Formats: sequence, C-alpha cells, structure tokens
Amino acid sequence: MPEQLLYAMEVTLNGLMAGVMYSLVALGFVLIFKASGVFNYAQGVLALFAALTLVGLQNGQVPFAHVINAIFDTNLHTFGWKLPALLAILLAAAVMVLLAIIIERLVLKHLVSQAPIILFMATIGLAYFLEGLGDVMWGADIKKLDVGLPQGISDTIESLTDRWFGYGFFIDNLDIVATLVAVVLVASLTLFSQYSKQGRALRAVADDHQAALSVGISLRFIWVLVWSIAGFVALVAGIMWGTKSGVQFSLSLIALKALPVLMLGGFTSIPGAIVGGLIIGVGEKLFEFSIGPMVGGATENWFAYVLALLFLVFRPQGLFGEKIIERV
Amino acid sequence: MKTKFVSLVVAGICAAAPAMADLVIPNMSYRTGAYAPGGIPYADGFNDYFTLLNARDGGIGGEKVSVPECETAYNTEKGVECYEATKGLGSLVYNPLSTGITYQLIPKALVDHIPIYTPGYGRTSAANGKVFEWVFNYPANYWDGASVAIKYLLDQNGGSLAGKKIALVYHNSAYGKEPIRTLQDLAAKHGFTLTELPVDAPGQEQKSQWLQIRRDKPDYVLMWGWGVMNAVAVQEAANIKFPMENFIGVWWSGSENDVVPAGDGANGYKSLAMHGTGMDYPLYADLKTFVYDAGKASGNGDQIGSVLYSRGVYAAMVIAEAARKAQELAGTSAINAVQMREGFENLEITEARMAELGLPNFGQPFAASCADHGGPGAAMLQQWDATAKKWNLITGFIAPDQEVLDPLIAADSEAFAKEAGITQRCN
Repeated sequence: MPEQLLYAMEVTLNGLMAGVMYSLVALGFVLIFKASGVFNYAQGVLALFAALTLVGLQNGQVPFAHVINAIFDTNLHTFGWKLPALLAILLAAAVMVLLAIIIERLVLKHLVSQAPIILFMATIGLAYFLEGLGDVMWGADIKKLDVGLPQGISDTIESLTDRWFGYGFFIDNLDIVATLVAVVLVASLTLFSQYSKQGRALRAVADDHQAALSVGISLRFIWVLVWSIAGFVALVAGIMWGTKSGVQFSLSLIALKALPVLMLGGFTSIPGAIVGGLIIGVGEKLFEFSIGPMVGGATENWFAYVLALLFLVFRPQGLFGEKIIERV
Repeated sequence: MKTKFVSLVVAGICAAAPAMADLVIPNMSYRTGAYAPGGIPYADGFNDYFTLLNARDGGIGGEKVSVPECETAYNTEKGVECYEATKGLGSLVYNPLSTGITYQLIPKALVDHIPIYTPGYGRTSAANGKVFEWVFNYPANYWDGASVAIKYLLDQNGGSLAGKKIALVYHNSAYGKEPIRTLQDLAAKHGFTLTELPVDAPGQEQKSQWLQIRRDKPDYVLMWGWGVMNAVAVQEAANIKFPMENFIGVWWSGSENDVVPAGDGANGYKSLAMHGTGMDYPLYADLKTFVYDAGKASGNGDQIGSVLYSRGVYAAMVIAEAARKAQELAGTSAINAVQMREGFENLEITEARMAELGLPNFGQPFAASCADHGGPGAAMLQQWDATAKKWNLITGFIAPDQEVLDPLIAADSEAFAKEAGITQRCN
C-alpha cells in the first residue's frame, strides 16, 4: 500500500478519536439546549470547574486556601489526605449536582419566561463567575490530573497495523478510553431519556414548556436535572482533556472546539453531537495533513468552522437538528 | 453622604497611588486567563525582590520602590491599557512580559521616553541600541536562544549537523515565529533540514503536528511554546515515544508547569535556561527573613524557587541594578525615566556583583553600551528529572553564533529605523 495512503488512514483514525473528544464537550451543550432552548456559554467553564474540583478533592486541597490564609493569617494548603480516584470522581459529580441546584435557585428560577437571549446572557455571566470562583477555590496553577487512565501509544494497534500494512499506526490509549466512555455515555443518556420517567419529562419539557407544565411536570426540577447531567458530562470531558493537558484555565477553551461540532450536528441531537464531532475531527485532520503543508499549517482551528459553515449553507439546522418550520 | 463618598474615593486613590518620591516600577502581570500558570510565579518573584530591597535596604539608594501591579491577562490591548494607566505615576521602566505587548509599546516608549526592558522576549532586533534607544533585552533574546540550541546540537554531533532533520514546533504568534528566520539561516549554514510546525493558541490539540513528527522522524525537535501548549507538546512527545533528550524547548518552554502534567513521560526533556533556578542561593536566606517569614510574600507564596519565579527575581534584580547605576550617574536618588534609561545603557553586571547580591553563578555577566542593548546572549541547557521533580543544569553558558545573528539584527533594526524615521546613533 502506498505510504501516503497509510498515513492518510492513520490521520483519519486519529481524526475520529479527536472528534470523540470534541463530542464529549458538545454533548453538554446539546443536553441543556434540548431541554431549555438555552445555549449554555458556560459549558466549557463547567468542564474546567469540574476538573479543578476533582483534582482538588483528590489531592485533599483546602478550597479557598488563599482567602482563608489571607484573612486568618494561617498557612493552610492541604488536608493531608489523598482520595482514591473513584471516590473523588463521585464527590466531584456530587459537587456538580450541588452547583446545578445553586444555579437553578440563584439564576434560572428568576429568569423563567424570559427570552432565550436573556438566558444566554445569564450563562455568559455564569461562565465568568465560575472561572473566577474556580481560581479562588483551587488556585490558577497548572495541576496534574491522574485518575489512572492510560496514555501513550497503543502497542497492540501499532503491532497489528504493522503486521497488516508494514506501518504501525499511532493511536493514543487515552483516545480509545474516551471513545469507550463516549459510547457508554451516549447509550446511557439515550436509555435515560427514552425509558425513564424523568427522561420522558425532560423530553416533554423540550417539546413544549407550557404543555409540560400543564400536566404537572416541574420545570424547576427538570432544569436542575438537566444542569446536573450537563455538569456530569462536563466532568467527564474535564477528566479526558485534563488528563491530556493538565488542569488549568485553557481547559475552558475546549468549548471553542465544540461550537463547529454543534453547528454541524445540530444543537438538539445527541447522535448529532457524536457524528458532528467525528466529521469535524476527521475533516480538520485530513485537511491539515493534505493541504496544511501548502499553506503554512495550523489550519485546524479555522478549518473546523469553515466545514461547519459549509454544512450550514445546506442544512441550517445542522445534520440532525429539528427541521425549522415557520407557520404564518 | 455625597461628601463622604467623594472623601472615600479620594482616600482610596491616595492609598493606591505610590508616594511621589517612590521609584515606580510597574509589574505588568497576568494572574488570570490561559497563561496565568506562567504569569503568577514570574510576578511573585518580581514583587518579592523589590519587597526585599524595601524591607532590608530601605529601597534603592534610600528611595523606596513602589511596584504597582496591573493585570494584562497576556492580552495586548489590556497591556497597552496598563501602560497608559500607570505611566502617569512616574514609571521608570516597563517589563511587559509579552512579545505582543512589547511590539505595541516600542513606538510609545519613543514618544514617552520610558525604557522598556524585555529580558529573553520581545523584539529581538531591539538588541541594536543604535536604533532602539529606549528598549533593552539583555541578557539574551530569541535568536540567541535558537543559535544556542543549534550550537549545543552541533556539540552533541561532533560539530556537524549535515543531513540531520530538525523540527520546530512553535506557538503560531509573533513570539513563536521569532526564531524561524535564524533557524533557516543556521540550517543553510550547517546543512540540516528544518521543518516548521505551527500550533494555534492555546495549543491543546496537537495531534496533527506530532503525527507528522512521528512520520518524518526528525533527529531533534525544538519548541517555542508558551502556556498549555508546552505541557501538551511534552505529553504528545512522550505518547509517540519521541526520545525526550532530543526535545529542546526555549526558556519559555522550560518551567515546572510544562513537565509536571506529563509525569514520568517528561523525564529527560531539555530546555534552554538563561539563569539558574532553585533556592540554593544566599539571596533566599534574606528573602526568607525579610519577606517570607515576615508574611510579605507575593501571591500565595507557593511558587518560591520555581523556574519562572527565578526569572521574575532575575528581571527585578537587573532593573534594580539599572536604577542604582542611574542614581550614580545622575547624582541623585530620585531618578526619572530618562535617567533610568542611562542606567540601563551603562549597566554592567559582573560575577562579583551577582555574588554580592546573593546570586552567584545565577546569570551571565554582561556590560551594556550605547550600541549593545542585547548582552552576550548566552544560555545554558537544563534537563528535567521526573523522579526528583527537578531541573538540572547540564551545560555551562553557551555563546550564540554572532556571525549569523549580527547581520539579521542589523537588517531587522535598520528596516525599523527606516520605517519609523529614526536616525541611528552611537556613531
């Protein structure tokens, strides 16, 4: 097989894996948009906050240590214990649920019946608030996240492809784990929304708020539920991206990678987030591989948006979005 | 009520502003945003050094030093705002800690007559004092760094890099692009092949670049990165099993932040170093007594001795010495920015002086002049020991290849002089 074809195959596989990582972030946006029509600008920051909380809990870091030390002239930094990864993840998930309750009580409750743009603006404020809160709670230094996920080249895939094609493909073990996690996450979310009482209530609210309210579904409960799930998805995304790059402010910028995925896959479809992620991942990687060297490289960031815009021209609602029908 | 409010505002302004007699040296820091992990330790080191001078020596030449801090978030617009907001305080010098901000401030410095000091960053050709009267970038600049890295590799390869392949992974910005021209000229001179691989900010996704490195199998990879890009690159290099001892970052890609997230995978990674690091210097005994134990440490106090903290200390030390020189030349302790520039231009830092300051063998000795604002440009190499979680210096100072650099600096600075209508001086 020609060398260039083998390289293209390797790039495609890695593009698929990168796409899964983007999809993990996009899922959180979809969940909230689907249930409430709100584009949650704070989703990237939720991932950062979740990852910071996880590392902090795992390492027994004292939250708000800087503030406590400054006020009381103490020298607190850690509690002196380290939590097992699983327990720390469960506790971090609990914190995200608590955060969802607080967001509902302090922000969303007061904005019922407001225009979507008002809710969107509220999430912008929330993003900046959470960014600052994360800094004050856990510090702005870069933190290593280690929950036992494997990283580095998959020797099995390398040796198998070497045997088949005479060239060993690079696939990162972390990407393989991310793919498995994404499959489980999407399956769980689908099962939850199709077969559980709460899931059906969530879909009812998504279809028609007023009708859902008229049959006794609590909008406030649904909002807490959906923000909790989005918080959990943000935690998963934070774990994957945080393992890859350490936990620090830039983690919140992964949201930028999710936007073209949403534009392409549609804001209301869970499968759309996955398929959109895969198309963006493969598209940007193949473009960088084939055209990048001719135009000086670093094409991925902008090409993802160009690709999404191209799809938008033909399907404004995205590949899997609900068809826009305006009755006059 | 209104009177009380006005009084409070006035009192607040008076408390925040430095006393008129203070030597004002603003700290343009970034403690928030994507680059905060790098900005915080640098700002802490910078502040702590001046706090020490104030607490131990009563300032510089009897004048207290005021260090108003302004948050730039590594954002060029905010950096310019910081400059405009603080220059009226009687600022003696600006150390913007950003190449982007530096480029914006250079024309302003010409007009406002305030020196700009950019150690190890900024506009490289500002080393030419004949053109850049108000800018100083000693002891080393990016082009020096590129040349030192190549000289080190020459040394590792018996003096020849002919036929070797070197990849440059760089931050796709003004900063990251700085060494390209130098490396291209060095490639032509030494016969190696240079592959340029840009990474868009912030640099969390670098799979394409590292897949290309895996395919091309370069002998060495150089990196001009900053922020999260560094940590991701080190992790990706470990992922593809690239030999870490053949991976060398510039000094902005050689802090603890860049290697700790990759854990054991970062072991053996190298970077350039333009100064020493760690707390094994006599200065730290004084810092402990007068700053840390006195509860005056900047920030959280948890960055002490790190690479970037050391760099902040180094920048502050050079600025303080320039202020001392300026006082000596002006014959007064209450110097202004114009006199401060004279101090920078006539500054000589010897090994004996550094030892006296409690920093023996910390930086390279240098003597600035009217024409030379760039210093000798030498740098060392350090290597990360993941087990000990420590950087170890593995070479002494290596001098850059001035034969290649001088014409580049002359060409770039002369182009600026032509564009800005500057008549060259020092004739």
